[in-house]
Amino acid sequence: MAVLVGSDTRLVVQGITGREGTFHTLQCREYGTRVVAGVTPGKGGQTVEGIPVFDTVAQAVAETGANASMVFVPPPFAADAVLEAAGAGVPLVVCITEGIPALDMMRVMSYLAGGATRLVGPNCPGVITPGECKIGIMPGRIHRPGPVGVVSRSGTLTYEAVHQLTRLGIGQSTCVGIGGDPIHGTNFIDCLELFQADPATEAIVMIGEIGGTAEEEAAAFVAAHVDKPVVAFVAGQTAPPGRRMGHAGAIISGGKGTAADKMKALREAGIEVVDTPATIGETVRRVIGL
Amino acid sequence: METEGLVKIHEYQAKALFARYQVPVPRGEVAETSAQARAAAERLGGGTVVVKSQIHAGGRGKGTFRDRVSGAPVMHPDGSKPLGGVNVVRGPDEAERFAARMLGNVLVTRQSGPDGREVRRVLVEEGMDIRHEYYLALLLDRAVRAPVFIASAEGGTEIEEVAASRPEAILKQVVDPRSGYSPWIGRRLGFGLGLPAQEAQAFAKLCAGLYDTFVGTDASLVEINPLVRLADGRILALDGKMSFDDNALFRHPELRELRDLAEEDPLEVEASSHGLNYIKLDGNVGCMVNGAGLAMGTMDIIQHHGGRPANFLDVGGGATTEMVTEAFRIILGDPAVRAVLINIFGGIMRCDIVAEGVVAASRAVGVKVPVVVRLEGTNVERGREILVSSGLDFQVADGMRDAAEKVVAAASGR
Repeated sequence: MAVLVGSDTRLVVQGITGREGTFHTLQCREYGTRVVAGVTPGKGGQTVEGIPVFDTVAQAVAETGANASMVFVPPPFAADAVLEAAGAGVPLVVCITEGIPALDMMRVMSYLAGGATRLVGPNCPGVITPGECKIGIMPGRIHRPGPVGVVSRSGTLTYEAVHQLTRLGIGQSTCVGIGGDPIHGTNFIDCLELFQADPATEAIVMIGEIGGTAEEEAAAFVAAHVDKPVVAFVAGQTAPPGRRMGHAGAIISGGKGTAADKMKALREAGIEVVDTPATIGETVRRVIGL
Repeated sequence: METEGLVKIHEYQAKALFARYQVPVPRGEVAETSAQARAAAERLGGGTVVVKSQIHAGGRGKGTFRDRVSGAPVMHPDGSKPLGGVNVVRGPDEAERFAARMLGNVLVTRQSGPDGREVRRVLVEEGMDIRHEYYLALLLDRAVRAPVFIASAEGGTEIEEVAASRPEAILKQVVDPRSGYSPWIGRRLGFGLGLPAQEAQAFAKLCAGLYDTFVGTDASLVEINPLVRLADGRILALDGKMSFDDNALFRHPELRELRDLAEEDPLEVEASSHGLNYIKLDGNVGCMVNGAGLAMGTMDIIQHHGGRPANFLDVGGGATTEMVTEAFRIILGDPAVRAVLINIFGGIMRCDIVAEGVVAASRAVGVKVPVVVRLEGTNVERGREILVSSGLDFQVADGMRDAAEKVVAAASGR
């Protein structure tokens, strides 16, 4: 068991024929992901290293039974690609694309609300269940199967945390990069809920960043609904002040959003908050008693 | 990480965008010389005008001028007090005289930093009979994933202070992305501000224009402080501030043209032209990291070990030789830097390639300060070997803690 993706995941890649799309598709397949289809409008009928390419996601789903999509489509067209996947009934869409306009994502999220499609990302490294399925651009070899669920807003900082865990012999159930954009799909609370319900997950690592109030909301959720140990780090304790959006941004967030505020809220929820990213691994080892 | 955005614009540019989207603004002209300021005042009818400094920093009204060369305070023409950044003057003669004292001198405000900003342009606007000042803004609220209007009848002041001390004086109204703007939103805000019926309708129309401005330019923030109601009942934007979504600039090439590079940090301008995300700070440990989160985490651990980061710099996922070379040039362009930490988590990238890039870039740039390198990823052993055998003075670190300790020691001369 794990969350979101596993050995029964059948992946379609939107934007498979682009340079990045092809490279990472093959990396995913090499890791063991069942990549069943690709989509590039106008290139239906071609193949990429044996993977059939379709013109539309609907065709790909009908022909191959794909149940997850990975989006590598360039920013101007990525929101449309996510909507296409949702329109084709794909239950999980992982959007890797960086640089999608916020207003495009706003429209996507208002369309997805209440529907059957879950979006992870955009601007994220993806999702991996070690040993079973990798959807994304993370280096597969730093992961190993095990009991720790990881959820993070940051890409390379997630690799750092996973690398420390693996070096200490602690594997991961599933690692989810939720992405750093202001408007994104799956959030901390969604992942905490999944990890809490997942019997294979014994502890959770949560990596936040300054800006917004997602960490504060996650802290409240943990206090009320999560009894598994949680270790957290918040990047940006030394980030320059005054780089936030103007005055209205501070009003919206009610003065929250600094690393200190987030760390305080997380600690008050009983979460082990580490001061530096270098101690994530050893702190997890301590809290799970290994 | 959230930043203010690549394109920052002046008040006169924001007002030109407002006017394009039917948000009423005062009549006015921008002037770069005192003669232009005089001509503008003449064209505005020869009566009272307001001469406003155009810089990328708030608090202009309460700011004061210093002489660009001597640093001495520039006095108001009547000699009674230091000259402020915004001046109400009578007629073309005074407009010319004030503009002559403002242009080319330095305005120091609470947001400009102690060095202030040189005023290169002034906005000359018609004087108005103002009855009340309001606050109005529209921004993207990430929590509800929708644009939200913020309004207050207590405009012209520090709106954050109003929000903190009297939150009930702040009105908020979310715009549902499925419906978009609809006039009831503006009416609800307008009546909520206590406007009489006719003015509330005019206010609602202005809100529609503001929403069109926001969506039409892919803004992340549009702020009017103050929004004013005049004696004749008109409502218009007396000031204007906008931030834009960098991700959407591809569909607004005209916005890039609005950048005023003279207002920006030259190293940050250089970095952005190479696709590097660089923010200068006031420490002495230069940082070169891939990924914004890891870059912030690296800054945090440097501080945790007693050092002070000189910058935030995200070289992105690629970390090619070209990128690393440019990053070195920019980091070392800051004379405060005493040591550099390179922290690259290669992911799928091969560390030997990154190491070769670091070596080539160091040679090309002629790095004179200690460089600590922490590499992780595929072929990490080979990468470290390339660094050690390069003959250059790299300190190779194992893990982030080791890297932070080494670079902090190097920066403090230990």
